[in-house]
Amino acid sequence: MKYIEEFRNPEKQRKIVELIIESAKFINFKITLMEVCGTHTITIGKYGIRKLMPKNIHLVSGPGCPVCVTPVDYIDIAIELSKRNDVIVTTFGDLMRVPGSFSTLEKEKANGGKIVVLYSPFDALNIAKKYPDKNIIFLSVGFETTTPSIAQTIKFAKRERIKNFYILVGNKLIPPILEFLLKKKEININGFICPGHVSVIIGTEAYKFIPEKYKIPCVISGFEPLDILYSIYLLLKCIIENKIVVINEYKRAVKDKGNTKAKEMIYEIFDVCDSEWRGIGIVPKSGLKLKEEFLDFDVLKKFKVEVKRKIKNNKCLCGEILKGTKLPFDCPLFGKKCTPENPVGPCMVSSEGTCSAYFKYERK
Amino acid sequence: MCLAIPMKVESVKGDFAVVSIGKIKKNVNISLLKNVKKGEYLIVHAGFAIEKLDEKEAKKTLEFLKEII
Repeated sequence: MKYIEEFRNPEKQRKIVELIIESAKFINFKITLMEVCGTHTITIGKYGIRKLMPKNIHLVSGPGCPVCVTPVDYIDIAIELSKRNDVIVTTFGDLMRVPGSFSTLEKEKANGGKIVVLYSPFDALNIAKKYPDKNIIFLSVGFETTTPSIAQTIKFAKRERIKNFYILVGNKLIPPILEFLLKKKEININGFICPGHVSVIIGTEAYKFIPEKYKIPCVISGFEPLDILYSIYLLLKCIIENKIVVINEYKRAVKDKGNTKAKEMIYEIFDVCDSEWRGIGIVPKSGLKLKEEFLDFDVLKKFKVEVKRKIKNNKCLCGEILKGTKLPFDCPLFGKKCTPENPVGPCMVSSEGTCSAYFKYERK
Repeated sequence: MCLAIPMKVESVKGDFAVVSIGKIKKNVNISLLKNVKKGEYLIVHAGFAIEKLDEKEAKKTLEFLKEII
Protein backbone atom coordinates (compact mmCIF):
# COMPACT_ATOMS: atom_id res chain seq x y z
CA MET A 1 0.00 0.00 0.00
CA LYS A 2 1.82 3.03 -1.28
CA TYR A 3 2.28 6.03 1.05
CA ILE A 4 1.09 3.96 4.01
CA GLU A 5 3.73 1.24 4.56
CA GLU A 6 6.66 3.69 4.29
CA PHE A 7 5.30 5.58 7.27
CA ARG A 8 5.16 2.42 9.39
CA ASN A 9 8.85 1.46 9.25
CA PRO A 10 9.61 -0.07 12.70
CA GLU A 11 13.34 0.75 12.66
CA LYS A 12 12.62 4.41 11.96
CA GLN A 13 9.97 4.44 14.69
CA ARG A 14 12.52 3.15 17.20
CA LYS A 15 14.98 5.88 16.22
CA ILE A 16 12.46 8.71 16.55
CA VAL A 17 11.48 7.39 19.99
CA GLU A 18 15.17 7.67 20.94
CA LEU A 19 15.17 11.27 19.67
CA ILE A 20 12.04 12.03 21.73
CA ILE A 21 13.65 10.55 24.86
CA GLU A 22 16.79 12.65 24.28
CA SER A 23 14.75 15.83 23.67
CA ALA A 24 12.63 15.29 26.78
CA LYS A 25 15.79 15.49 28.89
CA PHE A 26 16.04 19.18 27.99
CA ILE A 27 12.60 19.83 29.49
CA ASN A 28 12.35 19.88 33.27
CA PHE A 29 8.58 20.00 33.61
CA LYS A 30 5.56 17.87 32.72
CA ILE A 31 4.50 18.24 29.10
CA THR A 32 0.93 17.49 28.07
CA LEU A 33 0.30 17.02 24.35
CA MET A 34 -3.28 16.66 23.16
CA GLU A 35 -4.42 14.95 19.98
CA VAL A 36 -7.85 15.87 18.68
CA CYS A 37 -8.60 13.07 16.27
CA GLY A 38 -10.02 9.60 16.86
CA THR A 39 -7.79 8.12 14.16
CA HIS A 40 -4.73 9.52 15.97
CA THR A 41 -6.06 8.03 19.22
CA ILE A 42 -6.13 4.63 17.52
CA THR A 43 -2.59 4.95 16.11
CA ILE A 44 -1.25 5.99 19.53
CA GLY A 45 -2.98 3.00 21.17
CA LYS A 46 -2.30 0.42 18.48
CA TYR A 47 1.41 1.13 18.20
CA GLY A 48 1.89 1.52 21.96
CA ILE A 49 3.17 5.08 21.50
CA ARG A 50 1.94 6.32 24.90
CA LYS A 51 3.98 3.66 26.70
CA LEU A 52 7.11 4.59 24.73
CA MET A 53 7.05 8.19 25.97
CA PRO A 54 9.51 9.43 28.60
CA LYS A 55 8.04 10.08 32.06
CA ASN A 56 7.50 13.82 31.61
CA ILE A 57 5.65 13.54 28.28
CA HIS A 58 1.92 12.87 28.59
CA LEU A 59 -0.30 12.21 25.61
CA VAL A 60 -3.99 12.95 26.17
CA SER A 61 -6.96 12.64 23.85
CA GLY A 62 -9.29 15.55 23.23
CA PRO A 63 -12.78 15.75 21.68
CA GLY A 64 -11.64 14.36 18.32
CA CYS A 65 -14.33 11.78 17.70
CA PRO A 66 -17.46 13.31 16.11
CA VAL A 67 -19.57 10.31 17.09
CA CYS A 68 -18.60 10.64 20.77
CA VAL A 69 -19.59 14.31 20.93
CA THR A 70 -22.98 13.87 19.23
CA PRO A 71 -25.62 14.77 21.86
CA VAL A 72 -28.13 12.30 23.31
CA ASP A 73 -31.04 14.33 21.86
CA TYR A 74 -29.67 13.88 18.36
CA ILE A 75 -29.74 10.08 18.69
CA ASP A 76 -33.19 10.21 20.32
CA ILE A 77 -34.57 12.27 17.42
CA ALA A 78 -33.00 9.90 14.87
CA ILE A 79 -34.61 6.94 16.66
CA GLU A 80 -38.02 8.64 16.74
CA LEU A 81 -37.76 9.34 13.02
CA SER A 82 -36.85 5.71 12.25
CA LYS A 83 -40.16 4.60 13.78
CA ARG A 84 -42.21 6.41 11.12
CA ASN A 85 -43.59 4.33 8.27
CA ASP A 86 -42.84 6.99 5.67
CA VAL A 87 -39.15 7.31 6.58
CA ILE A 88 -35.84 5.55 5.90
CA VAL A 89 -33.00 6.77 8.13
CA THR A 90 -29.54 6.50 6.56
CA THR A 91 -26.34 6.84 8.57
CA PHE A 92 -22.61 6.22 8.78
CA GLY A 93 -22.08 2.93 10.62
CA ASP A 94 -20.22 4.75 13.40
CA LEU A 95 -23.46 6.14 14.85
CA MET A 96 -25.32 2.82 15.10
CA ARG A 97 -24.28 1.90 18.64
CA VAL A 98 -24.23 5.34 20.24
CA PRO A 99 -26.60 5.27 23.22
CA GLY A 100 -29.55 7.63 23.17
CA SER A 101 -31.72 8.05 26.25
CA PHE A 102 -33.38 4.66 25.98
CA SER A 103 -32.02 2.84 22.95
CA THR A 104 -29.55 2.83 20.05
CA LEU A 105 -30.07 2.87 16.28
CA GLU A 106 -28.68 -0.68 16.20
CA LYS A 107 -31.33 -1.95 18.64
CA GLU A 108 -34.05 -0.07 16.78
CA LYS A 109 -32.96 -1.61 13.48
CA ALA A 110 -33.12 -5.07 15.09
CA ASN A 111 -36.66 -4.20 16.21
CA GLY A 112 -37.70 -3.31 12.68
CA GLY A 113 -36.64 0.34 12.54
CA LYS A 114 -35.98 1.52 9.00
CA ILE A 115 -32.28 2.30 9.27
CA VAL A 116 -29.70 1.79 6.52
CA VAL A 117 -25.91 2.07 6.97
CA LEU A 118 -24.09 3.92 4.19
CA TYR A 119 -20.47 4.33 3.15
CA SER A 120 -21.07 7.71 1.53
CA PRO A 121 -23.75 10.40 1.99
CA PHE A 122 -24.14 10.32 -1.80
CA ASP A 123 -25.57 6.78 -1.53
CA ALA A 124 -28.60 8.27 0.28
CA LEU A 125 -29.60 9.96 -2.97
CA ASN A 126 -29.73 6.62 -4.77
CA ILE A 127 -32.04 5.32 -2.05
CA ALA A 128 -34.17 8.47 -2.42
CA LYS A 129 -34.52 7.83 -6.17
CA LYS A 130 -35.32 4.16 -5.58
CA TYR A 131 -38.03 4.88 -2.98
CA PRO A 132 -39.80 8.05 -4.16
CA ASP A 133 -42.72 7.47 -1.73
CA LYS A 134 -40.41 7.45 1.32
CA ASN A 135 -38.59 10.31 3.04
CA ILE A 136 -34.88 9.56 3.14
CA ILE A 137 -33.07 11.13 6.09
CA PHE A 138 -29.29 11.23 6.31
CA LEU A 139 -27.76 11.62 9.78
CA SER A 140 -25.35 14.41 9.03
CA VAL A 141 -22.55 14.24 11.61
CA GLY A 142 -18.84 14.85 11.22
CA PHE A 143 -16.11 17.43 11.37
CA GLU A 144 -14.70 19.49 8.50
CA THR A 145 -13.35 16.30 6.85
CA THR A 146 -16.84 14.96 6.22
CA THR A 147 -18.97 18.10 5.86
CA PRO A 148 -17.90 19.10 2.30
CA SER A 149 -19.07 15.70 1.01
CA ILE A 150 -22.44 16.17 2.72
CA ALA A 151 -22.66 19.75 1.40
CA GLN A 152 -21.91 18.52 -2.12
CA THR A 153 -24.62 15.85 -1.75
CA ILE A 154 -27.18 18.51 -0.77
CA LYS A 155 -26.16 20.74 -3.66
CA PHE A 156 -26.58 17.81 -6.02
CA ALA A 157 -30.00 16.94 -4.51
CA LYS A 158 -31.16 20.52 -5.08
CA ARG A 159 -29.88 20.54 -8.64
CA GLU A 160 -31.55 17.20 -9.40
CA ARG A 161 -34.73 18.32 -7.60
CA ILE A 162 -34.74 15.31 -5.31
CA LYS A 163 -37.64 16.22 -3.04
CA ASN A 164 -37.62 13.27 -0.60
CA PHE A 165 -34.09 13.74 0.81
CA TYR A 166 -33.43 15.41 4.17
CA ILE A 167 -30.63 15.66 6.70
CA LEU A 168 -30.53 15.87 10.49
CA VAL A 169 -27.74 18.38 10.99
CA GLY A 170 -25.14 17.62 13.66
CA ASN A 171 -21.92 18.81 11.99
CA LYS A 172 -19.23 20.39 14.13
CA LEU A 173 -16.06 22.47 13.74
CA ILE A 174 -12.63 21.79 15.26
CA PRO A 175 -10.97 25.23 15.80
CA PRO A 176 -13.80 26.56 18.05
CA ILE A 177 -13.65 23.53 20.38
CA LEU A 178 -9.85 23.92 20.67
CA GLU A 179 -10.32 27.57 21.61
CA PHE A 180 -13.05 26.57 24.09
CA LEU A 181 -10.67 24.13 25.83
CA LEU A 182 -7.92 26.76 25.92
CA LYS A 183 -10.25 29.40 27.37
CA LYS A 184 -11.64 27.04 30.01
CA LYS A 185 -8.11 26.26 31.23
CA GLU A 186 -9.26 23.05 32.94
CA ILE A 187 -6.24 21.32 31.48
CA ASN A 188 -2.78 22.71 30.87
CA ILE A 189 -1.97 21.84 27.26
CA ASN A 190 1.61 22.38 26.03
CA GLY A 191 1.03 21.39 22.43
CA PHE A 192 -1.62 20.16 20.01
CA ILE A 193 -1.29 17.28 17.57
CA CYS A 194 -3.82 18.62 15.06
CA PRO A 195 -6.12 16.35 13.04
CA GLY A 196 -4.71 15.56 9.59
CA HIS A 197 -7.86 15.11 7.59
CA VAL A 198 -9.77 18.01 9.15
CA SER A 199 -6.69 20.04 8.22
CA VAL A 200 -6.82 18.77 4.61
CA ILE A 201 -9.96 20.91 4.35
CA ILE A 202 -9.23 23.88 6.65
CA GLY A 203 -5.45 24.15 6.10
CA THR A 204 -2.65 25.13 8.46
CA GLU A 205 -3.90 28.72 8.60
CA ALA A 206 -6.95 27.74 10.66
CA TYR A 207 -4.74 27.04 13.70
CA LYS A 208 -2.66 30.23 13.61
CA PHE A 209 -4.66 31.75 16.48
CA ILE A 210 -3.40 29.06 18.85
CA PRO A 211 0.30 30.06 18.88
CA GLU A 212 -0.54 33.74 18.39
CA LYS A 213 -3.18 34.09 21.10
CA TYR A 214 -2.47 31.18 23.45
CA LYS A 215 1.29 30.67 22.92
CA ILE A 216 0.94 26.96 22.26
CA PRO A 217 2.63 25.13 19.35
CA CYS A 218 0.60 22.96 16.94
CA VAL A 219 1.74 20.20 14.61
CA ILE A 220 -0.63 18.91 11.95
CA SER A 221 0.01 15.20 11.79
CA GLY A 222 -0.59 12.30 9.44
CA PHE A 223 -1.98 9.01 10.71
CA GLU A 224 0.82 6.49 10.55
CA PRO A 225 3.04 5.81 13.57
CA LEU A 226 6.02 7.61 12.01
CA ASP A 227 3.81 10.68 11.45
CA ILE A 228 2.66 10.76 15.08
CA LEU A 229 6.13 10.15 16.54
CA TYR A 230 7.69 12.76 14.29
CA SER A 231 4.94 15.24 15.26
CA ILE A 232 5.64 14.65 18.96
CA TYR A 233 9.35 15.24 18.32
CA LEU A 234 8.55 18.47 16.44
CA LEU A 235 6.36 19.71 19.32
CA LEU A 236 9.16 19.05 21.83
CA LYS A 237 11.58 20.87 19.54
CA CYS A 238 9.21 23.86 19.43
CA ILE A 239 9.01 23.89 23.24
CA ILE A 240 12.78 23.56 23.75
CA GLU A 241 13.63 26.23 21.16
CA ASN A 242 10.68 28.41 22.24
CA LYS A 243 9.45 28.55 18.64
CA ILE A 244 5.71 28.70 19.12
CA VAL A 245 4.29 28.10 15.65
CA VAL A 246 2.06 25.83 13.54
CA ILE A 247 4.07 23.11 11.77
CA ASN A 248 2.69 20.93 9.00
CA GLU A 249 4.02 17.38 9.28
CA TYR A 250 1.34 16.05 6.90
CA LYS A 251 2.49 18.09 3.90
CA ARG A 252 1.68 15.26 1.52
CA ALA A 253 -2.00 16.04 2.10
CA VAL A 254 -2.37 19.42 3.83
CA LYS A 255 -1.87 22.83 2.22
CA ASP A 256 -1.67 26.18 4.01
CA LYS A 257 -5.09 27.21 2.77
CA GLY A 258 -6.52 23.68 2.81
CA ASN A 259 -8.87 22.52 0.08
CA THR A 260 -10.45 25.88 -0.79
CA LYS A 261 -13.07 24.33 -3.07
CA ALA A 262 -14.23 21.99 -0.29
CA LYS A 263 -14.13 24.79 2.28
CA GLU A 264 -16.26 27.01 0.07
CA MET A 265 -18.67 24.15 -0.44
CA ILE A 266 -19.28 23.95 3.34
CA TYR A 267 -20.20 27.63 3.58
CA GLU A 268 -22.27 27.59 0.41
CA ILE A 269 -24.69 25.24 2.19
CA PHE A 270 -24.17 25.86 5.91
CA ASP A 271 -23.92 28.75 8.37
CA VAL A 272 -22.00 28.67 11.65
CA CYS A 273 -24.02 28.35 14.88
CA ASP A 274 -23.55 27.44 18.54
CA SER A 275 -23.59 23.70 19.11
CA GLU A 276 -23.91 21.18 21.91
CA TRP A 277 -21.02 18.76 22.44
CA ARG A 278 -21.96 15.68 24.41
CA GLY A 279 -20.51 15.81 27.91
CA ILE A 280 -19.10 19.30 27.34
CA GLY A 281 -22.13 21.54 26.73
CA ILE A 282 -22.85 24.39 24.35
CA VAL A 283 -19.72 25.60 22.56
CA PRO A 284 -20.02 28.99 20.82
CA LYS A 285 -19.83 28.96 17.02
CA SER A 286 -18.74 25.33 16.91
CA GLY A 287 -21.54 23.87 14.82
CA LEU A 288 -23.30 24.24 11.50
CA LYS A 289 -26.89 24.79 10.39
CA LEU A 290 -28.41 24.83 6.91
CA LYS A 291 -28.54 28.19 5.17
CA GLU A 292 -32.01 29.57 4.60
CA GLU A 293 -32.11 28.64 0.91
CA PHE A 294 -31.40 24.99 1.81
CA LEU A 295 -33.84 24.72 4.73
CA ASP A 296 -36.08 22.45 2.62
CA PHE A 297 -33.51 19.75 3.34
CA ASP A 298 -33.79 20.17 7.13
CA VAL A 299 -35.71 17.19 8.48
CA LEU A 300 -36.76 19.15 11.56
CA LYS A 301 -38.57 21.60 9.31
CA LYS A 302 -40.41 18.68 7.69
CA PHE A 303 -41.32 16.67 10.80
CA LYS A 304 -41.98 17.81 14.34
CA VAL A 305 -40.11 15.50 16.70
CA GLU A 306 -40.25 15.73 20.47
CA VAL A 307 -37.94 13.79 22.74
CA LYS A 308 -37.55 13.63 26.50
CA ARG A 309 -34.03 13.59 27.82
CA LYS A 310 -33.19 10.94 30.41
CA ILE A 311 -31.40 11.99 33.59
CA LYS A 312 -27.67 11.88 33.02
CA ASN A 313 -25.68 8.93 34.32
CA ASN A 314 -23.55 10.78 36.83
CA LYS A 315 -20.90 8.10 37.12
CA CYS A 316 -19.93 8.24 33.42
CA LEU A 317 -16.86 10.44 32.99
CA CYS A 318 -17.03 10.81 29.18
CA GLY A 319 -17.44 14.60 29.47
CA GLU A 320 -14.21 14.93 31.45
CA ILE A 321 -12.43 12.37 29.26
CA LEU A 322 -13.38 14.31 26.12
CA LYS A 323 -11.77 17.42 27.61
CA GLY A 324 -8.64 15.50 28.58
CA THR A 325 -9.08 16.30 32.29
CA LYS A 326 -9.68 12.64 33.23
CA LEU A 327 -8.40 9.34 31.84
CA PRO A 328 -10.61 6.32 31.10
CA PHE A 329 -8.88 4.55 34.03
CA ASP A 330 -10.31 7.24 36.37
CA CYS A 331 -13.88 6.24 35.48
CA PRO A 332 -15.51 3.73 37.89
CA LEU A 333 -17.48 2.22 34.99
CA PHE A 334 -14.50 1.66 32.65
CA GLY A 335 -13.94 -2.01 31.83
CA LYS A 336 -16.61 -3.04 34.36
CA LYS A 337 -20.11 -1.83 33.61
CA CYS A 338 -18.88 -0.04 30.47
CA THR A 339 -17.20 -2.16 27.77
CA PRO A 340 -17.21 -2.05 23.95
CA GLU A 341 -19.87 -4.84 23.97
CA ASN A 342 -21.99 -2.92 26.47
CA PRO A 343 -21.05 0.75 26.25
CA VAL A 344 -22.51 3.21 28.76
CA GLY A 345 -20.84 6.36 27.47
CA PRO A 346 -20.18 7.50 23.91
CA CYS A 347 -16.37 7.30 24.24
CA MET A 348 -16.72 3.53 24.59
CA VAL A 349 -19.05 3.20 21.59
CA SER A 350 -17.06 4.40 18.63
CA SER A 351 -13.97 2.31 17.89
CA GLU A 352 -12.18 5.66 17.74
CA GLY A 353 -13.50 6.81 21.11
CA THR A 354 -10.89 7.35 23.82
CA CYS A 355 -12.34 4.72 26.19
CA SER A 356 -12.72 2.14 23.44
CA ALA A 357 -9.11 2.67 22.29
CA TYR A 358 -7.84 2.43 25.89
CA PHE A 359 -9.93 -0.72 26.45
CA LYS A 360 -8.53 -2.37 23.34
CA TYR A 361 -4.90 -1.34 23.53
CA GLU A 362 -3.96 0.12 26.90
CA ARG A 363 -5.66 -1.81 29.69
CA LYS A 364 -3.26 -2.33 32.57
CA MET B 1 -14.45 8.75 11.71
CA CYS B 2 -12.15 11.01 9.71
CA LEU B 3 -10.41 7.94 8.33
CA ALA B 4 -9.24 8.48 4.75
CA ILE B 5 -6.81 6.52 2.63
CA PRO B 6 -4.61 7.23 -0.41
CA MET B 7 -5.99 5.50 -3.52
CA LYS B 8 -4.66 5.54 -7.08
CA VAL B 9 -6.77 6.91 -9.94
CA GLU B 10 -7.46 4.25 -12.61
CA SER B 11 -9.89 6.27 -14.75
CA VAL B 12 -11.89 9.51 -14.66
CA LYS B 13 -15.46 10.08 -15.87
CA GLY B 14 -17.11 13.43 -15.14
CA ASP B 15 -17.53 13.95 -11.39
CA PHE B 16 -16.39 10.40 -10.64
CA ALA B 17 -13.17 8.39 -10.75
CA VAL B 18 -12.37 4.72 -10.32
CA VAL B 19 -9.63 4.47 -7.68
CA SER B 20 -7.76 1.47 -6.33
CA ILE B 21 -5.75 0.27 -3.36
CA GLY B 22 -4.30 -3.24 -3.58
CA LYS B 23 -7.03 -5.30 -5.24
CA ILE B 24 -9.87 -3.06 -4.11
CA LYS B 25 -11.48 -0.73 -6.63
CA LYS B 26 -14.02 1.96 -5.87
CA ASN B 27 -15.96 4.58 -7.75
CA VAL B 28 -15.56 7.87 -5.86
CA ASN B 29 -16.88 11.40 -6.27
CA ILE B 30 -14.11 13.83 -7.28
CA SER B 31 -16.17 17.03 -7.46
CA LEU B 32 -14.31 18.57 -4.48
CA LEU B 33 -11.06 18.57 -6.52
CA LYS B 34 -9.82 20.17 -9.70
CA ASN B 35 -8.20 18.42 -12.71
CA VAL B 36 -7.96 14.86 -11.43
CA LYS B 37 -5.76 12.71 -13.68
CA LYS B 38 -5.12 9.00 -14.11
CA GLY B 39 -2.16 7.78 -12.03
CA GLU B 40 -2.55 10.39 -9.30
CA TYR B 41 -3.16 9.42 -5.68
CA LEU B 42 -6.30 10.77 -4.01
CA ILE B 43 -7.17 10.88 -0.32
CA VAL B 44 -10.56 9.20 -0.13
CA HIS B 45 -13.09 9.68 2.67
CA ALA B 46 -16.74 8.57 2.71
CA GLY B 47 -16.94 8.09 -1.05
CA PHE B 48 -15.42 11.48 -1.85
CA ALA B 49 -11.84 12.38 -2.78
CA ILE B 50 -11.00 15.24 -0.41
CA GLU B 51 -7.49 16.04 -1.67
CA LYS B 52 -4.74 14.90 -4.00
CA LEU B 53 -1.77 13.25 -2.33
CA ASP B 54 1.35 15.25 -3.11
CA GLU B 55 3.91 12.56 -3.96
CA LYS B 56 6.80 15.05 -3.91
CA GLU B 57 5.93 16.14 -0.36
CA ALA B 58 5.54 12.50 0.75
CA LYS B 59 9.03 11.77 -0.51
CA LYS B 60 10.39 14.95 1.09
CA THR B 61 9.00 13.99 4.50
CA LEU B 62 10.55 10.51 4.18
CA GLU B 63 13.86 12.06 3.10
CA PHE B 64 13.76 14.48 6.00
CA LEU B 65 13.11 11.63 8.41
CA LYS B 66 16.13 9.82 6.97
CA GLU B 67 18.29 12.88 7.68
CA ILE B 68 17.33 13.37 11.31
CA ILE B 69 17.50 9.73 12.40
